[in-house]
Amino acid sequence: MNIHEYQAKMLLELQGLPIQKGVVATSPTEALEAANKLKGPYVVKAQIHAGGRGLGGGIKFAETKEDVQNIAQNLLGKPLITPQTGPEGKIVHKIYVVEAANFSREYYLSFFIDRAQNAVTLMLSNEGGGHIEETAPEKIKTLPLSPLVGLRAFHTRQAFDFLGLDAGLWKDFAHLLQRLYGLFMARDMDTLEINPLVVTDEGQLLIVDTKMVFDDNALYRQSDIVALKDPLEYAPQEIEAAKHDLSYVQLQGNIGCMVNGAGLAMATMDAIEAFGGKAANFLDVGGSASFEQIKAALDIILKEDSVKAVLVNIFGGIMHCDLMARALLEALEQTPTQKPLVVRLEGTHVDEAKALLAASDLAIEAADSLDDACRKVIACAGTPPTYKGAR
Amino acid sequence: MAVLLTKDTRVLCQGITGKHGTFHTQQALEYGTNMVGGVTPSKGGTQHLGLPVFNTVAEAKKETSADATVIYVPPAFAADAILEAIEAAVPLIVCITEGIPVLDMMRVKEALKTSSCRLIGPNCPGLITPGQAKIGIMPGFIHKPGHVGVISRSGTLTYEAVHQLSALGLGQSTCIGIGGDPIQGMGFIDALELLLADHDTHALVMIGEIGGTAEEEAAAYLEACNTSSTSQKTLLKPVVSFIAGQTAPPGRRMGHAGAVTTGNLGTAASKKEALLKAGAIVVDSPTQIGTAVAQQLNAT
Repeated sequence: MNIHEYQAKMLLELQGLPIQKGVVATSPTEALEAANKLKGPYVVKAQIHAGGRGLGGGIKFAETKEDVQNIAQNLLGKPLITPQTGPEGKIVHKIYVVEAANFSREYYLSFFIDRAQNAVTLMLSNEGGGHIEETAPEKIKTLPLSPLVGLRAFHTRQAFDFLGLDAGLWKDFAHLLQRLYGLFMARDMDTLEINPLVVTDEGQLLIVDTKMVFDDNALYRQSDIVALKDPLEYAPQEIEAAKHDLSYVQLQGNIGCMVNGAGLAMATMDAIEAFGGKAANFLDVGGSASFEQIKAALDIILKEDSVKAVLVNIFGGIMHCDLMARALLEALEQTPTQKPLVVRLEGTHVDEAKALLAASDLAIEAADSLDDACRKVIACAGTPPTYKGAR
Repeated sequence: MAVLLTKDTRVLCQGITGKHGTFHTQQALEYGTNMVGGVTPSKGGTQHLGLPVFNTVAEAKKETSADATVIYVPPAFAADAILEAIEAAVPLIVCITEGIPVLDMMRVKEALKTSSCRLIGPNCPGLITPGQAKIGIMPGFIHKPGHVGVISRSGTLTYEAVHQLSALGLGQSTCIGIGGDPIQGMGFIDALELLLADHDTHALVMIGEIGGTAEEEAAAYLEACNTSSTSQKTLLKPVVSFIAGQTAPPGRRMGHAGAVTTGNLGTAASKKEALLKAGAIVVDSPTQIGTAVAQQLNAT
């Protein structure tokens, strides 16, 4: 789960860490009020869950309060396109007005879950402010922190020396690093990035931008983090899917997919593409989907205008195919559709399921294998749309 | 012969009296798995499905001489259940549970390093030696005894691959689901090591997905195992691979906790390239897995 910069800064401030003074606003009027509470000059920052905001024009310097208001006017309610948003961009609903800081040196610092090392790894660079992916390897230091050892003073010393900070900043830096690591562990984070960390012209450490990502599996024990979730950042279908415990990701094709299991759901998208079609979504109904889930999944898929045909691909293990077929027929009776449906069922009780589908009056095309299903659904859906910027 | 699991393996079930534990223990018994008992704290001394129930894994292991344990407990308690099995030194631990916090799994993995236990999972379907025994949630009847080893990060996609193999008359030696979480027990390399050494396994299917670098590391391992001195790559045993998520959008988590790319890391393209370089056959569509294995076995 992601949160906004202003929310992440709030978590940092609660730890007593140095951030710029700032106020969040949702309208130009609020932006002006925000500026009234702060000391100029200002920086106005669009709050969306995507990186590269500066490159997309989402971070602007404002000399006066009027500038703040004008920038707010230009940003709010409009899509912001950054290298990470895709060509359609993301609508800006909130902006964060902060007091501008003066600095000349920028550093990069992050803690992240390092799968390969089985550790929380601290990554540092003395060339902050840009994209860490594009930073030369020799300018980056990584320190994997064993789960048994954690962050120790010697790690902090190595980090401090690598960054080449002034000796006078040692105490502040050690405090900052300990607090960040503590926050990462206590809040079950996946990533905590500070980019840039700067030394101001007054010689103080300051966190200018931050990004936090939380482990979805741990949200059950982080209820106050869950409360920070911004529904405006998600497609309405994704919110609806989450309500029913379905895993859904919107894509750009015209074939709606309903599959059980994440791996098979991805593989079904891949198979459709290998046969010349394009999936409209990733949707995993899970291993033991209930009637309500199947109904909800079908509703979400069918509501999408871009969906011209639907492929249901279920490999029944725990889930019995006949129960799936019954649920599907019942859902279709409740929500009739003109869109063609190709259904491929395999596994436990598949013969009973096929008999049920065959006996139904509903226009469902049965498929015998995944190949067969892909061919049939692509024939129904016709030529996939081509989007600008689609991969 | 098979790896890790035979009809003689003595298996415990942690969480045996729960809904999933009950259902899958019944299924395992029907398949022929040598289930010897279960663990549910505070239900020790009772019987469930005709099996003795114990309060702790240590007690269960002592009384039943179990070689393996399967875990069906909710995510908030699953890391504890694995740690308890490690403390009791159960040689093979299989955790089916999905949704364990990653920091919890990190501590478990650290504890594993100093033990001789093997962990499969979490967030996996388990493992099966067709015709002998199964530990986990896969439908037993789609499998056939035979000579293809299967290793996979996915559940239902593995069933799809196995179904294709069985339909072509290609049975399986052992199928191992290593799971879809970012931090897991056994990885591709551990499973490859076992199956490459198994005389009864003649070909391998390796099903990966986007996220992490486990497939790239496995490819490097395969390349190192390659004994051929010529420039022509020939693996000791043919390996057919499919990477799920070629068409997934970057940076989005695709159902599994571990199925997400970060920047250029963990992409299907990078995994495919590494495996091809190592001499594996990489198919573009999941529908080609079975036929690719058949071709390889006919060619040798």
